[in-house]
Amino acid sequence: MEETDDDRASDPRRRARRGRRRGRTDRAERPDEADAEPTDEPTADAAAARAEAATRSPGTGANAVIAALEAAGVETAFGVQGGAIMPVYDALSASSIHHVTMAHEGAVHAADAYGIVRGDPGVCMATSGPGATNLVTGIADASMDSDAMLALTGQVPSDMVGSDAFQETDTVGVTAPITKHNYFASDSDDVGRTVGEAFALAGTGRPGPTLVDLPKDVTFGETDRPVGEPAAPDRAIPDAEADDRQVEEAASAIQRAERPLCLFGGGVIKGDATEEARAFAREFGIPVVTTMPGIGSFPEDEDLCLSWAGMHGTGYANMAITHTDCLIAVGTRFDDRLTGGVDTFAPEAEVVHVDIDPAEISKNVHADYPVIGDAATVLDQLDAAIGYADAPDTAAWREQCAAWREQYPMDYAIDPDEPVKPQFVVEAFDAAMDDDAYVTTGVGQHQMWAAQYWTYREPRTFVSSHGLGTMGYGLPAAIGARVAADDDRQVISFEGDGSFLMTIQELSVAVRENLDVTIVVLNNEYIGMVRQWQDAFFEGNHMASQYDWMPEFDTLAEAFGAKGFRIDEYDDVEGVVEEALAYDGPSVVDAHIDPEENVYPMVASGAANGQFALAEDQL
Amino acid sequence: MAGPTPDERPHPTGRRDEHGVRKEPDHGPEPTRRATVSALVEDEPGVLARAAGLFRRRQFNIESLTVGPTTVEGHSRITLVVEETEAGIEQAKKQLAKLTPVIAVGELSGDAVAAELVLLKVRGEEPDKVHAITSMYDGQTLDAGPRTITVQITGDENTIDDAIDAFDQFGIIEIARTGQTALERGDSPTTPGEEPGHSAGETDDDEFTNYDD
Ligand SMILES: Cc1ncc(C[n+]2csc(CCOP(=O)(O)OP(=O)(O)O)c2C)c(N)n1
Repeated sequence: MEETDDDRASDPRRRARRGRRRGRTDRAERPDEADAEPTDEPTADAAAARAEAATRSPGTGANAVIAALEAAGVETAFGVQGGAIMPVYDALSASSIHHVTMAHEGAVHAADAYGIVRGDPGVCMATSGPGATNLVTGIADASMDSDAMLALTGQVPSDMVGSDAFQETDTVGVTAPITKHNYFASDSDDVGRTVGEAFALAGTGRPGPTLVDLPKDVTFGETDRPVGEPAAPDRAIPDAEADDRQVEEAASAIQRAERPLCLFGGGVIKGDATEEARAFAREFGIPVVTTMPGIGSFPEDEDLCLSWAGMHGTGYANMAITHTDCLIAVGTRFDDRLTGGVDTFAPEAEVVHVDIDPAEISKNVHADYPVIGDAATVLDQLDAAIGYADAPDTAAWREQCAAWREQYPMDYAIDPDEPVKPQFVVEAFDAAMDDDAYVTTGVGQHQMWAAQYWTYREPRTFVSSHGLGTMGYGLPAAIGARVAADDDRQVISFEGDGSFLMTIQELSVAVRENLDVTIVVLNNEYIGMVRQWQDAFFEGNHMASQYDWMPEFDTLAEAFGAKGFRIDEYDDVEGVVEEALAYDGPSVVDAHIDPEENVYPMVASGAANGQFALAEDQL
Repeated sequence: MAGPTPDERPHPTGRRDEHGVRKEPDHGPEPTRRATVSALVEDEPGVLARAAGLFRRRQFNIESLTVGPTTVEGHSRITLVVEETEAGIEQAKKQLAKLTPVIAVGELSGDAVAAELVLLKVRGEEPDKVHAITSMYDGQTLDAGPRTITVQITGDENTIDDAIDAFDQFGIIEIARTGQTALERGDSPTTPGEEPGHSAGETDDDEFTNYDD
């Protein structure tokens, strides 16, 4: 039976959810609303509902799990049903939590993106065995990117654990190295409290994924014990404020600098410190580069911003990082995609490293001035410690950065008779879409073009798989972002043909939920990033990288019930962009791009940032 | 207009070592040292596997690992001996401290007391001589049969190594070593903030602090 639009509109849960989304103001500050009162404080009703969930007698372990989620203020969960998790789903049916049933446990990516957009942990659920193992990639992804997330997995009954029972996997064992912490629930009385703790822990300090494994007898079991307020263990709550001495020493290093450079990482965004980070850089006139996860922490259209550094970052960001004498790194873990070879990374810089996680200090790059604390708090502390009069004079250095920007512009050549350049497609959508639109991506060349040729201005708007580089992330992430975002914010996903095919089944979910997302497949019939490396380093031997058996994505989209569009030449672009964005529901643009186009600049792995190549013959 | 090519661009001459420390051009490889690290942990299932897994995953060079209960109910102590560079030891301690069930982590000073237990099974042909060596190392004979003798020796690592050398003359059949366990000497707590539990006459279990406090 087909659900009509009217049915959808009259579905009370859907209405409630839309209402919530409308009522909410995103944390991302918009320039014109910078002084507006924050309105995302929980309403009195919501707070009362949370308090009620925390104090009611749950009845069963499964009810306690749901009560814990409600007490934590969870509004949405993503997942797939199954035997061992059935009691939890059964309890969920009586809850106001909206469950988005996914086509695959790629639900974990949707939850991940939901969490990124909301700034609260996303929640995903799966059954035992294959359900749990299907979550593994997304959990590892969240772990690498410090994304707050709670995964709930069903487990075989306790007395069968360890017997290789049907659909049994040692989920706690498998996920231990890729979670911030994980739990095996062993008692119906404690399970609710454990779920609350796991949720709170995921979002505390340096965020990360947590998991609770839920044996069926524990969720079936009776309990009258209220779950209480979700709380992370005291030990796991780090001090926000940094040590004064650390701050003062870092401040004087910054004052002494002649060529200071801010490096803003994902931690600036995760730590809701964009406002402080922007204020800091602007006040002292310090140029800014970001990491890829840090994209959006500073507006890319501002003069001070040199965009992102690293393997495919801008030439000017990589020049700046090579020549700075004082690198003020905030919330970054110095991934090798950023640093290139550590031996040549920012070789003249004294490094000030601000991070909430002491274990990140001097892990990859030695910190001359470690400052451990919450990014927003520490930036305010540094700001106060430097003082305007003592600010370094950066005029000449800024001029130098501007000169590099002129020398190494982000550029590509267009020939109207040749296949469409992917960069052009990205720019066309950027021009037609709002400044605060959310962009999700798969992994490959298209991800880099989406990062390079879209101008990001707001935090949390670039939703991508950074540390793990997970193909197939883009579509489920777009679903998660769409569900999380206010209705008036647009969502677009840039996909590669290979990446899209990895999780294309989630289109059925976008159609069922009628999610207004635009999916743009930059289709080169290659797994292009591999082809690019094969051309550069394997004598052009295209082993297993040529994908000339790709389906017609526009037609396939229609089969799913989505709207399909196709771009073959430059003349198609404008019209398709307009129509695809006007369509209210999931649309797929199959953009046939120049199959030979490559991503530049490029720093070869292990090379010096300043040695970026602008073409293959420079590698 | 593209700027200078990679070779034509200005490049600073400075370099960093493998830990990202700026270095002098003639900088040699980092020396390693052995460190004994003590972690006070919440006694919950899997905590040992987490610690061991962490060390494996991050490729810390681990020499021995022992675990056992403390005077506080619900707490255990893990003692690790690692051989790493200075930076590696710092990382190992920080990563360990990051695990949720870990209460506190300390590195033991050179002054700390450390001991290990070894069981040695040797051929039984010369019981008197075996007995003499056992006494020399203040050991105990645990089993003496016509063909084999099993003895127990405890002591610091050097003593154990020496004892093994001494028993070698009889032909060692099997050996089991526990690995080192250690405590800080005198009044110094072994991990920061550590306080005695009930069995030591004190009552407050909750006064444990973070490694970073
Ligand atoms: C799950 C997974 N498998 C393999 C890879 C290795 N990989 C990295 S980029 C890439 C090519 C991606 O191809 P496509 O999605 O078509 O994007 P393009 O590079 O063509 O834009 C591959 C295979 C990966 N990142 N993730």
